[in-house]
Amino acid sequence: MTKTLVEINNLTKKYPAGPIAVKDISLTLEPGKIIGLLGPNGSGKTTLIKMLNGLLKPSAGTILIDGNSPGEVTKGAVSYLPEFTYLPENMKVNEIIEYFADFYADFKTERALKMLESLQIEPNANMKTLSKGTKEKVQLILVMSRDAKLYILDEPIAGVDPAARDYIIKTILANYNENATILLSTHIITDIENILDEVILLEKGTVIIHTTVEEIREQKGKSVDTYFREVFAC
Amino acid sequence: MSWKLDSDRPIYTQIVERLQIQIVSGEYGPGSRLPSVRDLAIEAGVNPNTMQRAFTELERLGLVTTNRSTGRQVTEETEMIQKTKNELAANQVRDFISRMSELGFEKKEIISLLKNEMKEETGND
Repeated sequence: MTKTLVEINNLTKKYPAGPIAVKDISLTLEPGKIIGLLGPNGSGKTTLIKMLNGLLKPSAGTILIDGNSPGEVTKGAVSYLPEFTYLPENMKVNEIIEYFADFYADFKTERALKMLESLQIEPNANMKTLSKGTKEKVQLILVMSRDAKLYILDEPIAGVDPAARDYIIKTILANYNENATILLSTHIITDIENILDEVILLEKGTVIIHTTVEEIREQKGKSVDTYFREVFAC
Repeated sequence: MSWKLDSDRPIYTQIVERLQIQIVSGEYGPGSRLPSVRDLAIEAGVNPNTMQRAFTELERLGLVTTNRSTGRQVTEETEMIQKTKNELAANQVRDFISRMSELGFEKKEIISLLKNEMKEETGND
């Protein structure tokens, strides 16, 4: 019995003055999976993610998340970590947590405070006094503290040091509901490959591979990281 | 720290191997309760579905049983554990012999080398 959480059909995005960013993508994502969205810069990862979040309108094709098109309804089911931080600099960490708790019905304040504690982030700290890496951690904590059906994380580990990366990966594993799906984009595959069920590889706006990590290892006898390096070797 | 896993082999087979060793070595003794899939996945730094798959394989091999009320535990059948231990040992010995043959040693030489080495080890005790 396979259920569908996200159904993408013939999705295309063309920017007015640019090339086609996403070209005729069709994908089905099931609940309960951790899925890596991989691809070089400019392959369409962020454009796809923005369309999933209703921040960009498709030029053609459809997206259904839990049966609904991206919009007000899906915002309640999707927890989104954008590529760049948007948190106000003039607030304290715990003020932002209150703000999120007010805004999202599925926000778990206790979980957020626990994660802050284990990552040794002072809840009373002002955002502007935090390092770039710590701000990214705060933002990830906020996103993972919701009980969402779909978590969309755009480059969640790009800016943090390797030691924190390990911790963040464990934070992700410990805090998602097992019926929820996590779609995360990254270009650092090595650190994250062991936690992925599936990988989707984008190149020039199209899906060139959508398979499981174990299948690549079984069939190719190499890591996803090594395999993708070969695929993209010029 | 996450478990050390090779990057070129399926993850679940490596988890099965590691748990097999922990079971035959008695680290998880007969009848003892195993951590939950989620907890062990976090410890290992792997996907919970992959850990689940490894547990399913250990159940298929008869090393792990699942009980609705007590959860997942190591089998109480010590014969089963001993059998696995013997198989793992046999694999190690076969590997050793084939690597020695690659180096050009004959059976007799391997045995005498092994005897000498074992003598030295007991002598050092």
